[in-house]
Amino acid sequence: MSGLVGRNLLAGPEPHVAEDAGYADAPPRMGFFTDTSVCIGCKACEVACKEWNAVPEDGLEFTGMSYDNTQGLGADTWRHVAFIEQDKPVGNADSGVRWLMASDVCKHCTHAACLDVCPTGSLFRTEFGTVVVQEDICNGCGYCVPACPYGVIDQRKEDGRVWKCTLCYDRIGDGLEPACAKACPTDSIQFGPLDELRERAAVRVDQLHEMGVEDARLYGHDPEDGVGGDGAFFLLLDEPEVYGLPPDPVVTTRDLPAMWKHAGVAAAALAGGIAALFTVHGRLGGRR
Amino acid sequence: MSTSDVTKDGIEGKRPGRDALIGQGTGKGERRRRRGERAMVPKAEFTSYYGKPVLNPPVWQAADIAGYFFLGGLAGAGSVLAAGADLTGRRKAARALKVSSLVAIAGSAAALIHDLGRPARFYNMMRVMKPTSPMSMGSWLLAAYGPAAGAAAVLDVTGLFKPLGRAATLGAAALGPAVASYTAVLASDTAVPAWHDGYRELPLVFVGSAAAAASGMALLAAPVRETAPMRSAAVFGAGLELAAAKLMERRLGMVAEPYREGTGGRLIRVAEVLSVAGAAGGALLGGRSRIAAALSGAALLAGSACTRFGVFHAGMQSAKDPKYTVVPQRERADARDTAKTGNG
Ligand code: SF4
Ligand code: SF4
Repeated sequence: MSGLVGRNLLAGPEPHVAEDAGYADAPPRMGFFTDTSVCIGCKACEVACKEWNAVPEDGLEFTGMSYDNTQGLGADTWRHVAFIEQDKPVGNADSGVRWLMASDVCKHCTHAACLDVCPTGSLFRTEFGTVVVQEDICNGCGYCVPACPYGVIDQRKEDGRVWKCTLCYDRIGDGLEPACAKACPTDSIQFGPLDELRERAAVRVDQLHEMGVEDARLYGHDPEDGVGGDGAFFLLLDEPEVYGLPPDPVVTTRDLPAMWKHAGVAAAALAGGIAALFTVHGRLGGRR
Repeated sequence: MSTSDVTKDGIEGKRPGRDALIGQGTGKGERRRRRGERAMVPKAEFTSYYGKPVLNPPVWQAADIAGYFFLGGLAGAGSVLAAGADLTGRRKAARALKVSSLVAIAGSAAALIHDLGRPARFYNMMRVMKPTSPMSMGSWLLAAYGPAAGAAAVLDVTGLFKPLGRAATLGAAALGPAVASYTAVLASDTAVPAWHDGYRELPLVFVGSAAAAASGMALLAAPVRETAPMRSAAVFGAGLELAAAKLMERRLGMVAEPYREGTGGRLIRVAEVLSVAGAAGGALLGGRSRIAAALSGAALLAGSACTRFGVFHAGMQSAKDPKYTVVPQRERADARDTAKTGNG
């Protein structure tokens, strides 16, 4: 399996995800660029996603912690708008308080741990390079849930299967943009070919730096990162963990060849150890 | 004619949207650059989003999955011991271990299926063979091991087809170590910090625990005159388990906390006491007294179960607290940044 790492199928940059998954004539890889600097926290994306994908209600809870009562991504929340109030100004602004708002979503990782560990083949790579669950196959083993380094995919209790963002597989196949991007009034959520989005994001982050917003940074854009780059990446105004994102996620299967090796050593130790003990003790009542 | 600046395309034909100049302020008083300042003040605490976990914790039930780890180990190591007992003329011990392996593996399969969100779709596990999924490999492993262990037990008890029984016994013994160790990979191949980061030692903890459990079963179920090798195996297993666990805790640093604290930590401590008591009791007294052997065997079995439940809960704790995800990753990212900018 280390051959897979060499060919970048388990970790590292992988420019042709769909082709490597077996699509001969794949369209360009599609993704999201979520520019949180223009997010106004209206949650239109959350609503549009629920409407289009018929996602059930995810608990009408009042958290009391902020304007965010959704709290996080899960089986019934495929877009989640985080809300953070901080005692510091944005860029050159004069006011001492800033609000950070960010719409989180499945990252459609280049190396998606959820997909790697799925034992049924329910999770699959689409021709657009996105990661989608086939609900007619999922048997609810739950393995993908702790495998995801971002805490995205989760099990729907009353249903038993797992659910997450499909990057509106049904819409993009028809040339439409995903419901959340369509609904976003400020274009904080931008949908398009990943290459194009990455270029646009680089320009945007430079523009913000020039303006004095030095906190601006991209997250998940780099094909060299621990998951080979995200299909859905972000422009953030603070450290990722402030938004509930992992600062340096790594796809767990990067280490899988090493894991099997250690398990092999352990298995050999067990077999060898017990064989040695029986050899030492010899036949019952007889000579060795 | 309208004199308003607002047109259909936005204000004066401009659409601010994605190009909005946020943070521009009024332009008064350039704020000083803050670069450099940040790096000089080491972060005392880690940041999180209202203390919410970064990961979605496993949806697995402790009784099912930790039980599955325990039973799989008992079955797998039991098959190895059974073959050893068979080959060295320890007939009763061999039979007892074969039966226990069959019961254990049936129980572990039942636990696994019970834990599925859609148990009726269990057969989808056999839909593909996927080397990147330890659960897929494990399912195929069980599909090979289960019948072998079953045949070994049934043919021994019934005395039918002796050569076939021998082949099944050896086959189960060949697959047994894999059954006992692969569950560690199953747990490690997740983003759960306490499981993933422990991937080097966890397989040794698991096979050690498995050897201790199977030896305990032999001490419990076989006559004293046959169990001398199993008493040694108990010492070997418990020793391996404890040594590997200590090594893991040392290497993991702060991520090892859940192995020491909370439910996970408590179970691990109880497991240590039970395993040491069981192994020592078996070695010192198990050769003389049937009762001492049985008590030691029970302690070994209970110790192994506590280890598995302890590891399970430690993983859950590490997934539910953002600290274990954020702190090591932040350190890694900062170290990389420092290296890149040259101590900068
Ligand atoms: S973010 Fe999580 S759920 Fe989405 S593709 Fe990556 S691993 Fe899978
Ligand atoms: S819960 Fe469903 S999608 Fe997730 S790993 Fe299991 S079978 Fe695959």
